[in-house]
Amino acid sequence: MPTFVHTDKCDGCKGGEVTACMYICPNNLMKLDTERMKAYNQEPDQCWECQCCVKACPQQAIEVRAYQDVVPMGGACIPMRTDQAIMWTIKFRDGEVKRFKFPVRTTPVGSIDPYGNKPAPGSLDDNLLFTETGKTLPVISN
Amino acid sequence: MTEGTFGNPEIIDIETDILLVGGGMAACGAAFEAKRWASDDLKITLVDKAAMDRSGAVAMGLSAINTYLGDRKPEDYCRMVSADLMGITRDDLVFDVGRHVDDSVHLFEEWGLPIWKDKSTEGVPLAEGGKPVRSGRWQIMINGEGYKTIVAEAAKKALGIENIMERVFIVKYLLDENEKNRIAGAVGFSVREHKLYVFKANAILNVAGGCVNIFRPRSSGEGNGRTWYPVWNAGSTYAMAAEVGAELTMMENRFVPARFKDGYGPVGAWFLLFKSKATNGFGEDYVVKNADMLKDFAPYDQAAVVPTCLRNHAMLKEMKEGRGPILMDTPTAMAKLAETMTPQEIKHLEAEAWEDFLDMCIGQAGVWAGMNIRPEETPSELMPTEPYLLGSHSGCCGIWVSGPSDIAPPEWQWGYNRMTTVKGLFTAGDGVGASGHKFSSGSHAEGRIAGKEMVRFVRDNKDFKPVLHADIPAIAEEIYLPVRNYIEHKDKTTAEDVNPHYILPAMFQKRLQKYMDEYVAGTSTYYQTNAKLLEIGLQHLTWLKEDSKNLRAKDLHELMRAWENYHRLWAAEAHLRHIMFREETRYPGFFYRADFPDLNEAEWKCFVNSRHDPETGEWEMKKVPHIDLVEKHYVGQGH
Repeated sequence: MPTFVHTDKCDGCKGGEVTACMYICPNNLMKLDTERMKAYNQEPDQCWECQCCVKACPQQAIEVRAYQDVVPMGGACIPMRTDQAIMWTIKFRDGEVKRFKFPVRTTPVGSIDPYGNKPAPGSLDDNLLFTETGKTLPVISN
Repeated sequence: MTEGTFGNPEIIDIETDILLVGGGMAACGAAFEAKRWASDDLKITLVDKAAMDRSGAVAMGLSAINTYLGDRKPEDYCRMVSADLMGITRDDLVFDVGRHVDDSVHLFEEWGLPIWKDKSTEGVPLAEGGKPVRSGRWQIMINGEGYKTIVAEAAKKALGIENIMERVFIVKYLLDENEKNRIAGAVGFSVREHKLYVFKANAILNVAGGCVNIFRPRSSGEGNGRTWYPVWNAGSTYAMAAEVGAELTMMENRFVPARFKDGYGPVGAWFLLFKSKATNGFGEDYVVKNADMLKDFAPYDQAAVVPTCLRNHAMLKEMKEGRGPILMDTPTAMAKLAETMTPQEIKHLEAEAWEDFLDMCIGQAGVWAGMNIRPEETPSELMPTEPYLLGSHSGCCGIWVSGPSDIAPPEWQWGYNRMTTVKGLFTAGDGVGASGHKFSSGSHAEGRIAGKEMVRFVRDNKDFKPVLHADIPAIAEEIYLPVRNYIEHKDKTTAEDVNPHYILPAMFQKRLQKYMDEYVAGTSTYYQTNAKLLEIGLQHLTWLKEDSKNLRAKDLHELMRAWENYHRLWAAEAHLRHIMFREETRYPGFFYRADFPDLNEAEWKCFVNSRHDPETGEWEMKKVPHIDLVEKHYVGQGH
């Protein structure tokens, strides 16, 4: 169920060595054709359809089309993601369009302070995680 | 060293104290926890095959966190896990996840993960008494599209970006020269640059996910990649551990999820949140109808939630006898919910139904859109999938590990929690066997447990100086052999993909899938096998292992595929050998030993462990006694 790239929209991330889609694809599928400066899916039958590249593309140049050996043509699921929310456009084969919007995060991207307000770690020799310092861990009681 | 070229990589040596192999939920948990305990001079390095923001099983996102205890007791969690996995689980490990997991979920929420709340406590964090929307006794609903990006941000910040290497694929662990059965390092390559990395480490965390695509999948052609579990999970965790002699456990166990047909969409929210029913093609509830048949697998059939494999067993009977399709009756469920709702609430319900797919299985939404399926109008087909190997979802294959010091009996602990039987080699998440149902949150918590223990291990072994029991130039040759095969032979035929001198990784994978499917209880035999079929299957795997020397790689991407499929072969062999050894049918609906069709509690209520001896290459199989640490009563248990 492969991604495809719109020729007219892809700008190869303006000549960077690694395009956004190449950076993010969990299965290493997206590749930059350095002659045309356009990205493409180098192994379409290994695409999980996670749309990570679609969401990351700054040009909205990538889409997924359903695998043609299974699904009738014409449907599409197109995301538009910001740091706070994702908007989905669902196009049915029969032409109907539905839109859904869901939150993706309640805090600003980059705002996590992993150890900021956390207790200092306790003893390395007990079974408490550092955030559990001072607690008593339950053991099995029948 | 001069710059590398294709097949002649630059060899880069890296020394570190702790090496984290993988970048998924368990690795993120380990990075977060270990760094906090580590002294400033302790070096921790994380190596990910992909990019941490979107790597591992949570890459796409999730619509629920399947393990959050809240006010439930860890003992009951152990009972549920035991019942679903037909009685053979490690209560010490499961309990340990149960008592730590909520802390990870509270962190996720603090970091920014939106968690659905009951109207009575809207806006109140779980840690401060907020009540989650439960889709089941253990599951809570989330807006989880960005789940992994959030968890990864915390891990990356904790560890420091300078300690993280992305797009590096570890393919082998290396033992120590001086100390027997002691981990000392790992070797892998960049999938983007001509670089081979040789790591020396005091402790290693082996968390490279479960195993997908060792069986011929139901989706063919372009759909090959639209697997249920992530297609990039290549069994590396099991294969690399087995290769260095770590003891494996319950590798016969597998997971066959019954999911929405063709797109593998999740059914949990439909069953548990929307209260939908699944029936055969004639409208009959197949679990109720076949309850008598399930009695053959007592006492597990009596659990409050019928074990997943037994529900499959009932479903398969209907399919085999021609009473398909199996249908999820979404219209009735939605109509019933709508009875007491305002139009606005009904619209919200419809959005929730779609979000369930769009957060974690967009492919299924694509199938619905392409087939004009609207859940309020049209029921959807369900189908049991091809088998998957994993240790964190509703499956429990994996590696045999030491348990927590305050719970595990003496025979289940040897010094460090989540350490394998190879000294210094730890695992978590999909890697830990006999303790399923951790899911995303439990894998993160288990990574944290292992992370802390690794720091303790390094403190206790600070004088250890790893000396690799390996000839690095020879290993580099072995790793790049597929490239050599390609360069040497590619011009001997006019079309390079058809060449008698080498085998393409894609063809190697298809061959593995064909023989696993036909002989090791795949979909085409309705998950049935027997000793004779397994013998033939093993012969095919043996030939395949011989032919792995002839794999080709035309570029670094294909070299990654070559090694992934080599790992798949190892995981598949372990799976086959375990099924061969366990002479009973413990998990009907997942697989059947047709020559031993019954559950045999007297002889087989035990773990099956195996070890591949790295010196001799022989596999040793054995029974390991099972103990219940938590009292089990089964009738009514396992909510």
